[in-house]
Amino acid sequence: MSAAIVAQHLTRRFGDFTAVDDVSFEVAQGEIFGFLGPNGSGKTVTIKMLTGLLPPSAGTAFIDGLDVSREAEAVRSRIGYMSQKFGLYDDLTALENLRFYGMAYGLSGTHLGARIDSALERNALGPYRDRLAGRLSGGWRQRLALACAMIHAPRILYLDEPTAGIDPVARRQLWDLLFELSAQGITFFVTTHYMDEAERCTHLAYLYYGRLIADGTPENLSRLPEVTPAGTRRYGVSTANAGLARRIAAAVPGIRSSTIFGRSVHLLVDADVDIDAILAALRRGGVTVDECRPLVPSLEDVFVELTERRQREIEGGA
Amino acid sequence: MSALRGFRAVFYKEMLHARRDRLAIVFALMMPLMQMVILGTAIDTNVRQVPTVVFDASGANQRDGTALLGTQASRAFIDRLRNTDTYRVYRYVDSDDALNQEMVAGRARVAIKIPLTFARDLLAGRQAQVLVMVDGSDSAVAGQALNVATQVGLDESLKRMLPEGVKPVIDVRPKLMFNPDSRSPNFFLPGLMTVLLLFVTTMLTAFSIVREKERGTLEQLLVTPARPLGIMLGKIMPYFALGLVELVVILLFMRFAFSVPMHGNPLLLVCLTTGYLFVNLTIGLLISTRANSQTEALQLGMMSILPSIFLSGYIFPRDTMPLLFYGMSYLVPATYMVDIARGVILRGAGLAELWGDALVLAVMGLVILLLAARRFQRMIV
Repeated sequence: MSAAIVAQHLTRRFGDFTAVDDVSFEVAQGEIFGFLGPNGSGKTVTIKMLTGLLPPSAGTAFIDGLDVSREAEAVRSRIGYMSQKFGLYDDLTALENLRFYGMAYGLSGTHLGARIDSALERNALGPYRDRLAGRLSGGWRQRLALACAMIHAPRILYLDEPTAGIDPVARRQLWDLLFELSAQGITFFVTTHYMDEAERCTHLAYLYYGRLIADGTPENLSRLPEVTPAGTRRYGVSTANAGLARRIAAAVPGIRSSTIFGRSVHLLVDADVDIDAILAALRRGGVTVDECRPLVPSLEDVFVELTERRQREIEGGA
Repeated sequence: MSALRGFRAVFYKEMLHARRDRLAIVFALMMPLMQMVILGTAIDTNVRQVPTVVFDASGANQRDGTALLGTQASRAFIDRLRNTDTYRVYRYVDSDDALNQEMVAGRARVAIKIPLTFARDLLAGRQAQVLVMVDGSDSAVAGQALNVATQVGLDESLKRMLPEGVKPVIDVRPKLMFNPDSRSPNFFLPGLMTVLLLFVTTMLTAFSIVREKERGTLEQLLVTPARPLGIMLGKIMPYFALGLVELVVILLFMRFAFSVPMHGNPLLLVCLTTGYLFVNLTIGLLISTRANSQTEALQLGMMSILPSIFLSGYIFPRDTMPLLFYGMSYLVPATYMVDIARGVILRGAGLAELWGDALVLAVMGLVILLLAARRFQRMIV
């Protein structure tokens, strides 16, 4: 079976500016593919190329084995897209929004009616069917937007920051729904800034200024040698005054990097440095260490580390 | 048919928008009617009843009491001026100063002074003089007031010079065709119809796409299989219907409220006007694909509408325009519509005379629609 989404050397230039630079990846069917990266890194441009909204300057995108540029029609009926702004018509009711998108996808008659009924039911939108979309709260708007994007039963769904600005309960419910749907074989392409959401994805890619700098499962990414290079280890040091601890640690030879996470400091340390020597240095500086344990890097560690490496490459190259 | 995919969906949606936004629709329909009532009743380009002040000093030595009565000859002359309906004598004064004062104060547009010796000179067969002062600040009024006064003077002189029963050698018989009473509404309203339809159709569609851009629904619409042409036509059609309703209402108003005669076939007029509506709607769409915000769309809309009004011949006759503007007037759809409207309504023209106008409008509409669709496709970026 061919992959649901294939990006081959996708590149998009706007004048002199290269928004997406030679990006390649594959998303298997039924995956929840998390597409991460800072604002302005080219995520939305990539989505637009993968949905056929924007022709790539170079490279090719395939959806279910279909070339997006050449078979746009066939591709459009296979994909659904929920934009950051949700794309709802505020002066139309929930039902009318669903009916409009259904018609736009060429559905009609009893088939359209059945699709609308099941969308209302699955998203528990029944009580709100006659409410104007503009009067729905954030979580319900997002459900309606998802229902609209799925009205034509697409096999692949692009969700561009689907949980931006909605409450944690609604976020949790959305993710539950995504897992349920992905179990049915629907593929999701999700952009997000939330690390906890990234952890839930089955496959992650990280885009930084137009370049793909990581691609793999969350476990694979945590074990990347670039993140924890050979000959280094990670430790988490819990303490009441993390700020002071970080300042002291930064001066200790053999400590590659230090980052504060709430009441703890994450240290990337050369393997030949004795952790007890570091703890002793901290105590001498007046830091009370509550706990010190070896650490598996979190996704945030991974992305911070990869971002810094890439930044050094860019600066080194310039 | 696949080029029109999405038409049904967009049409459905646009009808809902229109239904939700009833106020805007009512406003769009009522505004033109209000303008029509104002222009139809208030504007009269014929110069009539110009406020006039008179200082009749003729025969002032035959003073009776305090008031100046003039002489029989001077009173007859003033009556002849009044009978033209051009002047409305609202006051008689008894000094040059008072006469001047009325003009300066702006109460009088015309001041007539008949000198002391008027009757005496006429009797003696000498040339009698009459002073007519005209406020030149409104050139239309001034010209008409002067012409009529000169004409009356000339007529009176001829009558006295020619022997009894002898007629002037040449008798010019003017005949005003198509608008015999030279009623202003007859001339103005068919043109006004053109302009009103222009406003309604251009502005309503000018907002339609840029609004979706602003709300962020456009991308969502573009990932569906709906095609640009289908989307555009779906957006145009409800407003097209609205334009037709507006047209019929305007025609009924014109015919029955303002008694503008309909010399041609009203059905033909409606048919030919559909082409005009179509062009304006597509121009609105084109504006909408160019503008980045609704404010910008409004400005672009006005930029397209104002030249249309001035160049179409609705206000200023095209025949007297400098060559450049005359040429530009051919690019303005309203020019053809003014011709069609006046042609059918006033001249009773039929398809045989007006097919050229209709063809130009149809071609313009198609070209602009394709331009807008192309532009729309590129907007996505």
